[in-house]
Amino acid sequence: MSELTPDLVRHLASLARIQVTDAEVETLTEQLAVIVDAVATINKAVDASVPATSHPIAMSNVFREDIVEPSLSQQSALSGAADSDQGRFRVAAILDEE
Amino acid sequence: MSDLIKHNASELVEMLASKQVSSVEVTQAHLDRIAEVNPTINSFLHVTGEEALKVASDVDKRRAAGEQLPLLAGLPIAVKDNLTTTDAPTTAGSKILEGWIPQYDATVVKLLRAQGMPILGKTNLDEFAMGSSTEFSAYGPSRNPWDIERIPGGSGGGSSSAVASFSAPLAIGSDTGGSIRFPAAVTGTVGTKPTYGGVSRYGLIALASSLDQIGPVSRSVLDAALLQDVISGHDPHDSTSLPESLGSMADAARNPSVKGKRIGVIKQLTGAGFQPGVQARFDESLELLAKAGAEIVEVDCPSFEYAIAAYYLILPAEASSNLAKFDSVRFGLRVTPDGNPTIERVMAATREAGFGPEVKRRIILGTYALSSGYYDAYYGSAQKVRTLIQRDLAKAFEVADVLVSPTAPTTAFKFGEKIDDPLAMYLNDIATIPANLAGIPGMAIPNGLADEDGLPSGIQLLAPARADARLYEVGAALESLHENVWGKRMMQFAPELKVGA
Repeated sequence: MSELTPDLVRHLASLARIQVTDAEVETLTEQLAVIVDAVATINKAVDASVPATSHPIAMSNVFREDIVEPSLSQQSALSGAADSDQGRFRVAAILDEE
Repeated sequence: MSDLIKHNASELVEMLASKQVSSVEVTQAHLDRIAEVNPTINSFLHVTGEEALKVASDVDKRRAAGEQLPLLAGLPIAVKDNLTTTDAPTTAGSKILEGWIPQYDATVVKLLRAQGMPILGKTNLDEFAMGSSTEFSAYGPSRNPWDIERIPGGSGGGSSSAVASFSAPLAIGSDTGGSIRFPAAVTGTVGTKPTYGGVSRYGLIALASSLDQIGPVSRSVLDAALLQDVISGHDPHDSTSLPESLGSMADAARNPSVKGKRIGVIKQLTGAGFQPGVQARFDESLELLAKAGAEIVEVDCPSFEYAIAAYYLILPAEASSNLAKFDSVRFGLRVTPDGNPTIERVMAATREAGFGPEVKRRIILGTYALSSGYYDAYYGSAQKVRTLIQRDLAKAFEVADVLVSPTAPTTAFKFGEKIDDPLAMYLNDIATIPANLAGIPGMAIPNGLADEDGLPSGIQLLAPARADARLYEVGAALESLHENVWGKRMMQFAPELKVGA
């Protein structure tokens, strides 16, 4: 059985920066428990002798020529932002005052 | 309805080249069709008619002036809304990106523009391509032109329904676990997931970077080949882009061949779990191939049993990381809670309001799979399964040139049937997921109608990495064997689409 509890789901949501309602926590706990139980079968399939594949077609040291190209203008880079100020992205306070 | 829209893309290309028809006429005919059926089918989230006609008229002028034009110049196309376009909003089917106009074009979009292809609009998808039905789009589902009470497949149900409803001759899709091939199967169309790295992913809003691949959606194998040739090739902006050319898919599609080919039937993807009508059509296709001189062999891929489990660990893990960028700072939605909130609370409120249920589910699952203490057991084991699947496939391709299975276990299901049962929804991709995990190319082609419900079924072909051409050779051969038996094309079985009722 999965050890997914409402508290764990709430903690994971907070790590993922998603605010969740109590109703969402309840549904998510139930659904994720079923999914986690299903995917946990994977442990039976492998042992230490099997190497991991992180990428389907392995390539290493991929470089391109170091050519100077035009980049986004400051105006364009800021064009999708909810708020900006003097050429910078403007956000709410980073640190809590307490 | 103009008869122009009933033509395959390859036919329209010839008609355009011989000036039998102008690009403005072809483009307008499709825009008219979109205006007629899109309120019902909802393939398009955004239609770019004005821009498309401008491109069409420019191509017509250049053609009239005797300019040598690219092969697909003037042929209109639809683009899935998870590819960035500077002249149209790009939402990926999510509220979090509503109204966002990207600052750059995806490489594939650039290639379409360079080809002189008018872009008709952006097609619907499950939010961030997470889903098999388009029911998880924040902008409402697309409908299956064969039966509007049923799903058009997903995530690329906008592209599949656009092509199946003759709203576009071609469309661009993206396939992370079957998002091109499953929609093709349930709408009677063709879709290819090329070899990983065959098509640049630059400008594709990433779902799972080690699985995502862009590919063609069409109504014939040759049409898909023509489009794959246009969008393929190395891109310095994508470090996973293959440096070598995979050759001409159109040449392969024009030289269909199955004689002497060894066709491997995957033991794990046949029989139990597949709808009888889907299985019956599949068995008939094997007979057709054998009669045409192919050698049918059975191959064993035991680790496929763990493919879905591995996929639903790797995908959420990669997605939870990729979607961290939607943080209310640089683009997209911002929701500011009352009081004097910190940025963390703004992010959490924004992501709560901007993401739908499936996206939240997968991000939280991915966060779990990657958390310390679970990483080795889940994500680590899933990556090992990838190795086992690649080994199974390598062995299978020693005795077979191409592997086959039904594309999907069932025909199109009804809206709402699986929406509250994530595991049941995930099983739709049982046959398509292994190709993404292994990086090999896969193609879905129409395989006739299932007896139970008269709805399209699909057959999937798989080839070794970089051997995409083999899919087109065998796919085109099977397509013509089918058309000989049926006396018509698959889409000619489709009932007339009733709209506005």
